[in-house]
Amino acid sequence: MAEYLEPKVLYAGDSAVTIEFGDSIDIKVNARVQQLRQFIDRGQFNGVVELVPTYRSLTVYFDPVRVGDVAPFFERLKKLAADTKGEVPKGGLIIVIPVCYGGEFGPDMQNVIDHTGLSEEEIIKRHTAVDYYCYMLGFTPGFSYLGGMDESLATPRLKEPRKVIPAGSVGIAGKQTGIYPIDSPGGWQLIGRTPLKLFDPEGQPPFLIDAGMWVRFRSIDRKEYDEIASQVAARTYKPEILTKSGDAK
Amino acid sequence: MIFEVLSAGLLTTVQDLGRWGYQGKGMPVAGAMDPQALKIGNILVGNDPGEAAFEITLMGPTLAVLEGEGLIAVTGAEINFTINDVEAPLWQSVKVQAGDTIALSAPKGHGCRAYLCVSGSLDVPIVMGSKSTYLRAGVGGFNGRALKAGDRISTGPLKPLTWLSVGLACPERLRPKRELELPLRVVLGPQDDAFTEKGLKTFLESEYTITNEADRMGYRLEGPVIEHKAGADIISDAIPLGAVQVPGHGKPICMLADRQTTGGYTKIAVLSTPDIAVLAQRIPGQTVRFKAISLEESIAATKAEREQIEELLRLRASYRSRRVVPVGSPKPRGSERWALRVDGRTYDVIVEELD
Repeated sequence: MAEYLEPKVLYAGDSAVTIEFGDSIDIKVNARVQQLRQFIDRGQFNGVVELVPTYRSLTVYFDPVRVGDVAPFFERLKKLAADTKGEVPKGGLIIVIPVCYGGEFGPDMQNVIDHTGLSEEEIIKRHTAVDYYCYMLGFTPGFSYLGGMDESLATPRLKEPRKVIPAGSVGIAGKQTGIYPIDSPGGWQLIGRTPLKLFDPEGQPPFLIDAGMWVRFRSIDRKEYDEIASQVAARTYKPEILTKSGDAK
Repeated sequence: MIFEVLSAGLLTTVQDLGRWGYQGKGMPVAGAMDPQALKIGNILVGNDPGEAAFEITLMGPTLAVLEGEGLIAVTGAEINFTINDVEAPLWQSVKVQAGDTIALSAPKGHGCRAYLCVSGSLDVPIVMGSKSTYLRAGVGGFNGRALKAGDRISTGPLKPLTWLSVGLACPERLRPKRELELPLRVVLGPQDDAFTEKGLKTFLESEYTITNEADRMGYRLEGPVIEHKAGADIISDAIPLGAVQVPGHGKPICMLADRQTTGGYTKIAVLSTPDIAVLAQRIPGQTVRFKAISLEESIAATKAEREQIEELLRLRASYRSRRVVPVGSPKPRGSERWALRVDGRTYDVIVEELD
C-alpha cells in the first residue's frame, strides 16, 4: 500500500509533529505533502515555527507555549491533511540548470559509459531529456532529492568515496541523480558541473531549488559555463524558470 | 567592547538560538547546545534572552579587552573563570574594561559547554536570520568558523538600562538542573512502532554510555542493542532536535543542534526540550538513562523552563529599579536618562530640554 487511507499523526517530541501520507516514494503522495505545506503556509496556524516537507510526510515544528493545547492543533492538522488530494498540480515550476558535461567536470563519465554501454553523447541526451521532480531537500544545505532519472543511466556509487566533491558537481548514484550544493565528501559518479550556486548564504533567496519544483538540465559548453560562472559571481545571473506548460515565468 | 582572542580554547563558536526557517531546504539549525544557559547569561548582561554569545567547549578561551567597557556573564558548565587572574563568579554579570584579561580554562565541575555572554551581544553578520555558526558549511558566526588566536571581535550597541544590571546574579533555583543522575525524559515516536516490545524495554531500562563520537551534531551512545521489528531503514523524513535515532546496529544516537535536517533511520523517541541540554552538558564516558513521559508532560516541562526565563526577566526589572539613578553614557547635552519603575515594569526615560 503506497498511500494511507487516513494520514497518520506521528509524535515527534514536544515541538514537532509529523503528518505522514504513505509509505512509498510516489509523486502523488508527495503532492499531498506539498498541498498541506501550502495550506499551513497561508498562516492560519498560530505557533508554527517551520515546515519540513519530505518524500511522504510533512513535519510541522511548533512552539508549544504559543500553540497552547496541542490536541485540537493536531486535530486541525489531521483534518487539513485528509482534505489534500494526490494530484500533481498543473503548471508547476521548472528550474533550468545549465551543466557542462564530461571533461574535467565529469571525471566519472567514463565509468558511466563503461557501466551503461552508452556513448557520452547518448548519456547527456538522456540526462537532459526529462524533467526531474524535487521531492525534498536534505543531506546538506540545498541538496535536492530528484526523481525521474532514465533507469538506463543507473550506475553504482564509487567504491572509494571522494573526500571533497566541488560544489555544483552533478552526479549519479544508483538510480538517483543530484547536484552537490556545497563542497562535501561523497561517492557519486560525477558526470558534469553547473556554474550555478544552489546554496548561497548571502543570496536572495539563499536556495535555488524548492521541494515540489521540477529540475531540467541543459547541456552547455565550457565557454558558456565560464560566462555564466562570472555572471553568478557578479550576482547578475537570473536562473531560467519555466512553468510546466512551457511558458516562461 | 573589542575583544582579542589570546588563545581560542578547544572549540569556541558564536551561537544564538539557531537558524530556524530553512530546515525544509536542508539547512541545519545550529545554535546554542544549552539554550537555557545562553538565555540566562544574556539576561544577566542586560541583553534580550536570545542574542549571540560565545559557546565554549570544555577548555575555554582567553580574551583581552582591547577597547571599551561592558558587562559579561558566564553560565552553563562549571568552568574556571578569572578576570586578571582573580576568580570571578559564574551565573552573575560582572563589569570588564579595556586592559582586562578574561580567562576561561578547564572545567572545575560538571558540564561540557559554557556561555560567555557580553552586553550588546557580538557584532557578527546576521546570516539567514541568525548569528549562529554552522561549522560544516562554514556559515554564520565569526567568518563561519571557530575562533582562533588573534581574532578580534566587537560587541554591538548596549540595550537601555544595561549598566543597572551590573552584579545581577541568577539565583540557584532558576539555574537549569544538569546533574549526572538525572534521567533523560523522552516522548516516544515518531517510529516507536518499528521496535519490538523487547526493544522498547531495552531502550527504557538500560544504561548507555556516551562514546567519543559526541559533538554538536549528535551523541552516539554505547549499550544494549535495541531490537527492531523489521529493519532500521525508513524513507527519509525530518529529524527533530533531540531525536533518538536507532540505525541497524541498534545503538541510539541523539541528534543535536548541528544535526542533518532529514535522515533515513528509525527514531524511537525525541528528548523532552529541557533535557536536550541535560545531555549536551555531559561528556564522553558519562552515562545516560531514558525515561518515557507523555507529550503533555513534556510540553509542561518546556513551559516550566520558559517560565523560569520570564521570572528571571522580572527579577532583573526589580533589581534594576532598586534605586532610581541616571543611566547611560554618553548622553546628549542637556538631557538625562532615568530608570523608572512603575507597577513592576522598568521604563527607560530620557528627559531632554527643549529650546
